[in-house]
Amino acid sequence: MKRTAADAATHDPATSNAPAVLTATDLVRSFGKTPALRGVSCAIRPGEIVAITGPSGSGKSTLLLCLAGVLQPDAGSVTFDGRRIDRLTERERSRLRRTEFGVLFQFGQLVSELTVGENVALPLLLSGARRKAALRTAADWLDRFGVAELADRHPGELSGGQQQRAAVARALVTEPRVLFADEPTGALDSLAGEQLLTQLTRVAKENGTAVLIVTHEAQVAAYAQREIALWDGSVVDDGLTDAPTAGARPGSRLHADADEPDTVGDPVATFEDTGSDEREG
Amino acid sequence: MNSCAVSTPQVLLALLAAGARHGYDLKRAYDARFPKARPLAYGQVYATLERLTRDGLAQSAGTERVDGPDRTVFAITDAGRSSLRDWLDAVEPPAPHVTNALFTKVVAALLVDEAPGAEGGLAVAYLRSQRRAHLTRMRDFTAVKTAEDASVGEVLAADYALAHLDADLRWIDLTLSRMSALRREVQP
Repeated sequence: MKRTAADAATHDPATSNAPAVLTATDLVRSFGKTPALRGVSCAIRPGEIVAITGPSGSGKSTLLLCLAGVLQPDAGSVTFDGRRIDRLTERERSRLRRTEFGVLFQFGQLVSELTVGENVALPLLLSGARRKAALRTAADWLDRFGVAELADRHPGELSGGQQQRAAVARALVTEPRVLFADEPTGALDSLAGEQLLTQLTRVAKENGTAVLIVTHEAQVAAYAQREIALWDGSVVDDGLTDAPTAGARPGSRLHADADEPDTVGDPVATFEDTGSDEREG
Repeated sequence: MNSCAVSTPQVLLALLAAGARHGYDLKRAYDARFPKARPLAYGQVYATLERLTRDGLAQSAGTERVDGPDRTVFAITDAGRSSLRDWLDAVEPPAPHVTNALFTKVVAALLVDEAPGAEGGLAVAYLRSQRRAHLTRMRDFTAVKTAEDASVGEVLAADYALAHLDADLRWIDLTLSRMSALRREVQP
């Protein structure tokens, strides 16, 4: 089966020795008495596309928000480009998020009163860019996501997929070093989700933007170059070490196990199909 | 390793790892543990035990008489444990429809691993390795279908493989979530 030429030519950040752009060390974070992160460490290299996966309640969104400087950890550190961002003031972190980070959520969260072009230009305008230049840059980014013709429409007139592409354009318009995406395709059908991820990863690679995608779907995680798998607030596989660690207390999550109705049918039943092994002989 | 090789020798070794048994007992344990599997014939149990003994993976540990003839009791050897461990540590080639092999391995791991400790032990470690292998394979298919020059046929073939691998992967995740319940069932 053929691989893309571009793929082969692309420098693979996952195997490079470049210093990390973003590092978390021993992050601990609880909500009330409920621990969400129990000592998470990870490092993201420049331009790397990483999926953060895990079941509901495993801490993946909390990790994303801590890395993005939106949430403060209870303990541990987050370093961006050599700076401890957990030690910055809220004002400094907010500035960092505006200039160096891009954020994308499940629902694009476009401002409904503004046109699509204005929405995409917004981060530039907030950073003091002139309106005309900002709108021109926004139009270029909409074009890169194949929705240039939508610049003068309002978000309410767009399909979910179009809105989300505009949201990606807005998240990338400042050319951030890191894009944080929380379930970016969660509200889209498979085809729209696939188009979004294909364009998103392609543009991120072209721009050298590191992308962190939080998802519980393996098909989405497969767009990333590696996976950081969380379980119960701990990293059980970072895709780098030789073998995943077994991790903390499997089956300890709230909805796991015995009382849950069996929704997958009986996996044993498929055992019957087992073909031609020694049993025949 | 062939993914179809849900191997009778390894499964019998796993059952022996949980305690020495005679052939008749092994057959019953197998039926209880894999109730929907194709029945394992007695003849096959004895032939496999003979082969395991010949290869030094199991050995005779005396005889036992229960309502009838003397039966030879078999026990797993150190070499048998080590061979079983190698099998348990190896991920299955990620291809659609490997669930049979995955399930067998998980149960075998639970049989072997009676004191898994806080980290979940062999079965969990195996599932996580298998998950990584599956995701790596899915990444390959995703690269194929997102290539700019991919034909529709290639995309559809990749879609098919991805959907099936995804089903396996969901099963792996669910099994991880149900691990303590499964452990209670396998290690009553």
